[in-house]
Amino acid sequence: MVEKTVTRAELSEAVYQEVGLSRNESADLVEAVLGEMSDALTRGESVKISSFGSFSVRQKGERIGRNPKTGEEVPILPRKVLVFRPSHVLKNRINANLKD
Amino acid sequence: MTRSELIATIAQRNPHLYHRDVERIVTTIFEEISSALASGDRVELRGFGAFSVKRRGARVGRNPRTGASVSVEAKAVPFFKTGKQLRERLNGE
Repeated sequence: MVEKTVTRAELSEAVYQEVGLSRNESADLVEAVLGEMSDALTRGESVKISSFGSFSVRQKGERIGRNPKTGEEVPILPRKVLVFRPSHVLKNRINANLKD
Repeated sequence: MTRSELIATIAQRNPHLYHRDVERIVTTIFEEISSALASGDRVELRGFGAFSVKRRGARVGRNPRTGASVSVEAKAVPFFKTGKQLRERLNGE
């Protein structure tokens, strides 16, 4: 199976086909959806999309890392990371298709 | 934020659209991402992040309670890697 990469262009095209707005407006709305999700996450909220999955922000503490090339110890500063937890519906769908 | 709150926010910012259409827009976006992943494709949304499917081979697992060996079938799991721009925003950069 040839692996394709879906981008904003394909999402906008799907919205265009499905909803019947102009191509430009479809692209703007895809952007708006990603933008609202990013804003919520930046505020520290989690984003839960039923039957797709949830995105949440986790705070990581400081730890000592090592430069793998030089072996030198470097502090890794405390930071926030985004975690995606796929829903069971999505996981099942991905596995069902792979078995066919 | 839930799916319905996301829809409500977008609808509020776009008063010229029917609520029903905003629902279809949001549903279409996640449906498109899900079906791409289900066919084994990647979804790359620059600045936001990329979804991909990782395959895990079959392995022999253990029941942690009894220690008995159990075979775990090969499976595929969806994976998300945060985009650079969003990662920087989360950290206030």
